[in-house]
Amino acid sequence: MKADPRGVLTGVHFIDGDHACCEGALAAGARFAAGYPITPSTEVVERFASRVPTVGGTFIQMEDELAASITLQGAVWGGAKAFTVTSGPGFSLMMEHIGYAAMTETPCVFVDVQRGGPSTGLPTLPAQADMMQARWGSHGDYEIIALCPNSPQECFDLTIRAFNLAEEFRVPVMFMMDEVVGHMTEKVVIPPADQIDVVPRKHTHKSVAEYLPYGTNGDLVPEIAHAGEGYKFHVTGLTHDERGYPNMTPEVQGKLVRRLQNKIRIAADRIAMFEEGQLDEADVVVVSYGITSRVAQRAIEMARARGLRVGKLRLITAWPFPESKIRELAARVKAFVVPELNLGQMVHEVQRAANGQAETFSVSHAGGGVHRPEDILTTIVEAAR
Amino acid sequence: MNDLVNPVEPFLRSDRMPHIWCPGCGIGTTVNCFARALIESKIDLQSLALVSGIGCTGRVAGYVKLDSFHTTHGRAIPFATGLKLANPKLNVVVYSGDGDLSAIGGNHLIHAARRNIDLKVICVNNLIYAMTGGQTAPTTPDHSTTSTNPYGVFEPSFNLPHLVEAAGAVYVARWTTYHVRQLARSMSEAFQKKGFSFIEVISPCPTLYQRRNKLGDGLDTMKDYKEKSKVRHGAPTNEVGLTMTGEIIVGKFVDRDRPDYQTMMRAQLAESLGERFVEQAEMVCS
Repeated sequence: MKADPRGVLTGVHFIDGDHACCEGALAAGARFAAGYPITPSTEVVERFASRVPTVGGTFIQMEDELAASITLQGAVWGGAKAFTVTSGPGFSLMMEHIGYAAMTETPCVFVDVQRGGPSTGLPTLPAQADMMQARWGSHGDYEIIALCPNSPQECFDLTIRAFNLAEEFRVPVMFMMDEVVGHMTEKVVIPPADQIDVVPRKHTHKSVAEYLPYGTNGDLVPEIAHAGEGYKFHVTGLTHDERGYPNMTPEVQGKLVRRLQNKIRIAADRIAMFEEGQLDEADVVVVSYGITSRVAQRAIEMARARGLRVGKLRLITAWPFPESKIRELAARVKAFVVPELNLGQMVHEVQRAANGQAETFSVSHAGGGVHRPEDILTTIVEAAR
Repeated sequence: MNDLVNPVEPFLRSDRMPHIWCPGCGIGTTVNCFARALIESKIDLQSLALVSGIGCTGRVAGYVKLDSFHTTHGRAIPFATGLKLANPKLNVVVYSGDGDLSAIGGNHLIHAARRNIDLKVICVNNLIYAMTGGQTAPTTPDHSTTSTNPYGVFEPSFNLPHLVEAAGAVYVARWTTYHVRQLARSMSEAFQKKGFSFIEVISPCPTLYQRRNKLGDGLDTMKDYKEKSKVRHGAPTNEVGLTMTGEIIVGKFVDRDRPDYQTMMRAQLAESLGERFVEQAEMVCS
């Protein structure tokens, strides 16, 4: 279906990534947000608080991130598309509820505008050090989807994509911005509503008697019902059967947890988004994401000016990790260079997928700024040797 | 044979019985009162949702035949807040225990009362963490013995009616599981009340509180409740704190009116935005 025009601010704008993210959420149909103030993410909900009463919806500032991250899920079961927005310390507090959303298959979006950590770290400065936390931060085995925009335009476009993926797979989607992308102001084009595709909620058409809240067909994603519709369904974070009833047996646990994993893994290639550049004759591939991809672009150009055969692979989907793409490249390139604003996180995934077929070089940065293109170039030169 | 069906059975998920609660536990009694309040108040069951946290009382959500949510530890109130704000037509009941609501969830309890979110909170207070084996709760009375205070509890406990009244609740009552008719009536009253309502139910945990403190079994506790309870409607809540063996003041303590969160929000937005304010449509995004 197409976007509801009431939420779409069609036009050409000059706004930062945080504001663009908010407009993306509104265009995607989000009419509920719960948040708690935290730098450098707060502008997203400030704009939402200003905009949503003119569109028909609700923002509530909660008492902490524990509350915000579950209030939004209550709103989802009440029928809303909902999200929350935070940064490192708040993201840490939200982990239990990311697990709850995964377990109860509550479609929702968590925006994390990454800043330097650990702990309070660098509240106003960038990092990309929550990438593994986004994937593994809650306890137990589960899968999420995580997207990494590298511009305000993508903060708009990919926020819509994040909501669409959340609805399609009934999974929490992590929207992994960083401080620079969040605060960078650029041109953002918001198309007319009839050019924006929105995935509707996978609502059941079954009768009350036929409906099984966690029963699935071929695609492993159950149909949802909302409170107040007469289905009298039960939702629990306990291991549950197809009726949604608690069941403490290894058999039901295995069936449920494997389905939660498989519904994403089987679709991984379809979910994966990446941007390629000059990969055909590349000896070295620079793998990057978020703001670092824009610095890496400069380093790639510098390397090519020196005659080195360097290609780029920009991860737009970080999770599920685009493993098959790396595997395919590993068979024909010499090395991967992975710059990121952390001490080495996604590089381990690249290394794992490359499985020894190509060398992997990390270009780490503890955060607080971005790389110098020269530092990435040095590693490219080393890798090309 | 149909005459023999228990009147509360239609409100329960019979296919989930037997329940997990111990013999002598009071939680089942409160659920019975809840079902009778639903009958008495003729409330529309389709628009009623029940939200629980974690713990023995947290399991109530799994046994009632309603849209029911068994959420995370301490977070029933914020979940219920989202549910209510997204669909204001729902009547949302939060049904959870003293540890869940007043320890790990204590911050949410006071803020929901402050905001006057239109929620009916039923707090079954068994004075202990029961599910995990009898540890000290914020409600455990002084001098009790628990598994984490084996030499006696020395920290002061919360007086929950006083706490929620101070935070802003519009309806506050307390009963014990001995007072089944009064409890059901209070629940019916709370269903009719707009705003943050709080009913505390003092309930036995024979397995972990009564036994460890040599207070007898479930039946002894009923006798105890009968003897030690004093009905004092309108009692100042600062006078209703609980002790291990002292009297239990019960009754309706607070019944007042003030605008609930959504009423205030809509009024403020309408005033500030004028014609630009758009009423929230039904959010069902199908």
